[in-house]
Order: sequence, then structure tokens, then C-alpha cells
Amino acid sequence: MTDVPSPQGWVRTEDAPRLPAPPNTTGPVGWMLTNLFSSPMNSVLTILGASFVIWIAWGVIDWALIRGVFTGEDREACVAVPDSGACWPYVWAKFHQFVYGFYPFDQRWRVNICFIVGAVALATMAMPSLPYKKWNALFLLVVYPLMTFVLLTGGNLNLSSSTIYFVTGVLLFSSLVVPLAAFGIEDGIRRNKPALVLAGIAVAIWLVSIFVSMPEIAAFGGYISIATLASLVLLTAAAFFSIGHRASTRDIAARSALLGWVGAVSAIIAVLVLVTADFGLVQVETQQWGGLLVTLVVAVTGIVAALPLGILLALGRRSKMVVVRLFSIVFIEVWRGVPLITVLFMASIMLPLFMPEGVNFDKLLRALVGTALFSAAYMAETVRGGLQAIPRGQYEAAQALGLSYWRMMNLIVLPQALKIVIPGIVNAFISLFKDTTLVLIIGLFDLLGIINASFSDPKWVSPQTGTTGYFVAALMFWVFCFAMSRYSLFMERRLATGHKRRGI
Amino acid sequence: MAQASAQKVEKNEAGEVAIQLLGVNKWYGEFHVLRDINLSVDRGERIVICGPSGSGKSTLIRCINRLEEHQSGQIIVDGNELTNDLKRIDEVRREVGMVFQHFNLFPHLTVLENCTLAPIWVRKMSKADAEAAAMKYLTRVKIPEQAKKYPGQLSGGQQQRVAIARSLCMNPKIMLFDEPTSALDPEMIKEVLEVMVDLAQSGMTMLCVTHEMGFARQVANRVIFMDQGQIIEQNSPVEFFNNPKSERTKLFLSQILH
Ligand SMILES: Nc1ncnc2c1ncn2[C@@H]1O[C@H](COP(=O)(O)OP(=O)(O)OP(=O)(O)O)[C@@H](O)[C@H]1O
Ligand SMILES: [Mg+2]
Repeated sequence: MTDVPSPQGWVRTEDAPRLPAPPNTTGPVGWMLTNLFSSPMNSVLTILGASFVIWIAWGVIDWALIRGVFTGEDREACVAVPDSGACWPYVWAKFHQFVYGFYPFDQRWRVNICFIVGAVALATMAMPSLPYKKWNALFLLVVYPLMTFVLLTGGNLNLSSSTIYFVTGVLLFSSLVVPLAAFGIEDGIRRNKPALVLAGIAVAIWLVSIFVSMPEIAAFGGYISIATLASLVLLTAAAFFSIGHRASTRDIAARSALLGWVGAVSAIIAVLVLVTADFGLVQVETQQWGGLLVTLVVAVTGIVAALPLGILLALGRRSKMVVVRLFSIVFIEVWRGVPLITVLFMASIMLPLFMPEGVNFDKLLRALVGTALFSAAYMAETVRGGLQAIPRGQYEAAQALGLSYWRMMNLIVLPQALKIVIPGIVNAFISLFKDTTLVLIIGLFDLLGIINASFSDPKWVSPQTGTTGYFVAALMFWVFCFAMSRYSLFMERRLATGHKRRGI
Repeated sequence: MAQASAQKVEKNEAGEVAIQLLGVNKWYGEFHVLRDINLSVDRGERIVICGPSGSGKSTLIRCINRLEEHQSGQIIVDGNELTNDLKRIDEVRREVGMVFQHFNLFPHLTVLENCTLAPIWVRKMSKADAEAAAMKYLTRVKIPEQAKKYPGQLSGGQQQRVAIARSLCMNPKIMLFDEPTSALDPEMIKEVLEVMVDLAQSGMTMLCVTHEMGFARQVANRVIFMDQGQIIEQNSPVEFFNNPKSERTKLFLSQILH
């Protein structure tokens, strides 16, 4: 230190040395001193809390590991030991049932493929550092559901020929409507005349055929009425006209509408082909599904359907169009006002009463639709909370730049709104995941249901069977829910970097 | 210098009308905000609108890109009349840039992404072209080095300059400014005004709500004074400041110029 003394003052000529931090403020000891023992009250609370945690943890370890029985062939192993803990041989013996339910033994590889592919695709999707997110998402949302459907059920669906004609007709007809939507009705009609005339004739023929019986001819491996055939041919011609015209257009909006339509149609046709194709897989009825398989199918379908539906409903509820708004409000309030149990009950017992004779939806499918719509209503309100937090200036800036409604929502509003409500969204996912246990009341055996059912197996009746079973159920649910919770925290932190708002 | 280039532009496109308002009225519920507004803005003209708080200045310029709807009268922007026709509205918004008091940058996008978003999605530019254009305008507002940052990491003056660059990236024919400097600290006002003066000298058609009278004197062709939803007086800046006609204008000027 060579400070130069002078009459007026002094000037520092060397940097002051960097001193180490005071002892006991860094390192593990320092951390404990500042966080756990900073005051007498804090120290007391720390000691009390720690004792409680140790007490609980010891109880569990004692029961599960120290007094637990690990080997044996049947209930004798667990009953023989006096004051025994967990009965693990029961879990080993039943574990496959917990996972697959009564899915045929020699077909379980199909479930395994679904589990593994799903886990890998989800993991690669969840890791932000990995590339090809778009393709990964496409795989998860389009290819994977189809693949699981075919693998798990066996595919080879029997669609009646009238269903197929109906779908084809709708697709062709939509090819006429899409240009109208893209260009506005007036312009669309003006530019689309030949196609519309052909379509009109097709519809007329079809209407006539309802009242006048037409001869049928053999076609497509079945019988088809001449009227249906004629209208399909005419509609095809009309669609070609309309598409051909649009394809030559230079209007980008029209071209993208057209591309969207072609994409949607190809997707629908591909789906129909896939689910009706015979891959040589044995059919497995959904009654045979069970355990973790059912839990995951219901939860994942619910989660995947709830988010997009919920977003649409939330946007609908804030829409300026009265009809859309009213529909969204009624939908949301009706589904939110009804307990999930009631929804499932209605889906399984009441719905068939209203269905015409012979129409029979699969019970699992009905439960899926019920939970998906139910959770969509909840999701809608969560998302609406996020939408409300976005300042009006964001909408105005987007509009002033000329962004259309959907672009504004997709690019500006939703990314911000959804980020705000990640905790709420994950909360809804977690509660949906656990609510899947309610499918038990309509006779589907999810993880909890199948564990419950296994208690009645006389081979494994013991004082500890129930406790052990529920322990395993709780543990498995907890692992999934905790993983979701951790991932949401991770995403929150990741998305928060860089653009924290300063005080403006 | 400023005068010379401005005159050149006026000569080039003289007589062409950029914005025309004919007998425009607007109500918020029962409240008559805009009362019989008639205004015609030529191409290349720079207009400053001033008036007391609540006089309807913001409402007026927000009607020009249809952020607000008017209930009677006609608004014709760049040859498109604003009605409920969404296509027309889109066309107008593409050609009219707007800068807000509170910047309204998109906080989840970087500065560069803020600037390229609309050119890519609305003008269908390629990403590379849009980025090149964005860098050009960011350089023009003197912050090319901030391109990779998020808006929340910039000062207010920098944010407002980004907002101006974002509008310019759409290559608008008309720019609207709603009190662009009134949320800023004094030392930042200067940097934003410099950018606006530069823009005015390049011949942009500008409608600017502001109380920066120095700016009005320097670049405006016309100053408009509004009160209680009406245009009370309009004149060249020199006449307006030195020789105001109406009592209300005099009162307003005495308050604002001390
Ligand atoms: N959305 C609205 N609903 C009802 N009244 C409104 C609305 N927006 C503005 N007003 C009213 O209309 C009048 C004009 O508002 P405007 O924002 O155009 O004023 P301004 O001249 O821009 O004022 P300032 O200088 O304070 O920005 C004000 O009296 C205001 O209270
Ligand atoms: Mg205002």
C-alpha cells in the first residue's frame, strides 16, 4: 500500500487486494449456517423437521426393506414370518399384470414396442438441445398415435363401405368449400364455376337417389348404387377442376390454403388405409387391456387432446363472434360443472341408451372421449388466464404490423400466454393423470384397479398384500407425476432466460 | 438540407393523397370522441397533432389503421376505404407502420426476430432477405449491435428505436406515431427524435402525435390542434406557434411553452 499523502487529499495508486470471503459464508457449512441455523427459531424448526423426516423415512425403510420379505412362491412366504413387512414376492409375481392387465401373454411385445418408442420419442422431444423438433413433434402427434392404435388393437378395422363412401364424399366436397373460404365466397364462386356446376349435379343425383331406388353394381369388392358412383365421379371431376385452378394461382394465401387441404386429405386417406389394413396382427379387445397400459393410454390421450382443444376453447371464449363465444362458454361451463365420475358414468351407461340399435362404441374409446373433453374444459380456463395476462399493446402491435388473427395468436400471444401458465398446465396434466383411476367405476382396470383386483387372488392373500400393493401403486403414480413436475420447472427456468421484462 | 430533400419529394409526388378523412365521427358508448373530422394528408407530408389530454389524438390516428373502428364518415388510406372488409384492413395495415407510446415490442423474441417477423409472415420474404433488411434498418436507427438481445435487456430509448425499425422493415408508405417519446427519460428523447427527423428527411409520410414542439418546428409541414374531439386549428408550424388563431390554441400553447 503506497498511498501518496498530499495536503489536499490522496490518490490510490494501486488496486486494493481481493480478500477471501469471511469464513463460514461459503461451502456446505456456510450454506447450512445461512439457510438452516440462521436464528434460534430457525435452528429449532430445522431440528424438528429433520427428526420428522427421519422418523417417516425410517418407518418406510424398516417396513419395506428390513422387515420386508423378498423371496417366495406364494402367500406362505409372507404369512410364515411373524411381524413381517412388505410382501415383495407378490409384486414380482403380479408385476406383469400391473403393467399389461390381461393383454395376451404372447402379444405383450406389441405393448413393449409402444412403451419404448413412446419413451424415446418423448425424451428426445423433451431435451431442448436435440435438433429436428418439428419432425419429432410430427412423429409424436401423428405417426405415434396411429402406430399405437394399430399395434395395441391389431388394426384391420372393418369400416362399412357406406362409411368409406361417405368420407370420400365429404373430402371431395371440402375441396370445393376450401377455395371459397380462401378467396371469400363471391370471388371463390366467380373463379370456380365449372367445379361448382359439377358438384351441384353430383349433389342433385345423390339427393334423387335417396327417394328413387337405383340399380347397384359390383365395385370395390362390394355393391355400390349407380347414383353414389356417379356423384363420386362428378365430385372427383369437380375437385380436379377446383384444385387445378387453385394450383395455378399466384395468390400465396390461396396456395397455402390449398396445400393445407391437400395435406389434410392425404392424412385422412392415409389414416383410413392404415387402420383398415391387415398387418397380420391378432386382434386384442380393449377389455383385455389393463394396468399401467390403460392408465397411460387414458392419461396421454387426455393430455394430448386437452391442450389444443383447451386453447381453441379459450380463444373461442374471448372471440368477438357471439356464436363462437357462446358455444365455448356453454361447453366449458357444462363440462366443468359435472364431476368426472359422472362424465364417465354417462359415457358408459347412458350413452348406449341413446345410440341406435347396433351402433356400439368401444367402452375404452368412450372413456377416452369423456376424459379428453372434460380436461379440455379445465385446460381452457387455465389458458384463458394466460391470455388475460398479455397486455393489449401486444395485440395492437401485431395487428398494426398486418398479422392475421391466427398468426397473431400463434406467433405473439400464445407463446407468451402459455409460458405464463406452464405451472397451471402441468398441474392439470398431473391431476388428469391421477384422475384416470376413476375409470375403475366403469369397469376398466387401470393401474390402481388391477392392483385392487389382485388382492382377491387366494394364492397371495396375506396381511401385507394390500399395503404392499397400494405402496407400489403410489410409488408408480408418484414417479410419473414427479417427472412431469420437474420437467415443468426445468422448462420454466429455460424459457425465462434472456427476456425478463424490466420495469416497463 | 432538410428543407431541400423534403421539397424534392413533395415535387415528385405532389398532389397524391395518402390519407383522407371525410366527416369522421366516433363514439365510445355514449361519449362522442371524434366529431366531424375532415383531414387530407398528401404523400410525403409530415403532420404533427397536438392537443390536451383526452382530446382524441390517439383515437384519431388509431382509426387510420383500424385499431379503432369509426362509426360514420369515410377513411381512405392509400386508396383503400376502411370498412368491415378484412382484406382492405390487411392491405392498409401492411402499408401503414405504427409506433406506440409504450413500444409494444414482443418480449419473447429477440430484436432481430421482432424486426423480421412481419416481413416473413406478412410480406412472405425469405428469412435471409428479411434479416438483411432488418439489419439495414437497425443500422439506420443506430443499434445494429443489439440485434441478438431481447427487448427487456434494452433501455427505453433503444426499445423505441427498435420499434421504429420494426415498422420500417415492412417498408410502409405511411408512419403513425402516438406520443413516441412521452414514456422516455429526457436524454433518451433526443436519440429517438434524431431517428424521426432522419425519417422525415427521407420523405416518409408521417402523422405524429407529440408534444415535442421543437420537433414540430423542425420537420412538420402542418401542425394540427385538437380539442374535445375536433380539429380546432391547423397551420404551418411558423404560423401555428407565432400566430395562433383560436383562444383554445393560445391557451394550450401558453401552458405547454410556459
Ligand atoms: N376504449 C375506450 N373506451 C371508452 N372511452 C375511451 C376509450 N379510449 C379512450 N377513451 C376516451 O376517449 C377520449 C379520447 O381518448 P384519447 O386516448 O384519444 O385521448 P388523447 O388525446 O390521446 O389523450 P392523451 O394525450 O392523454 O393520450 C378520452 O376522454 C378517453 O377517456
Ligand atoms: Mg393518447
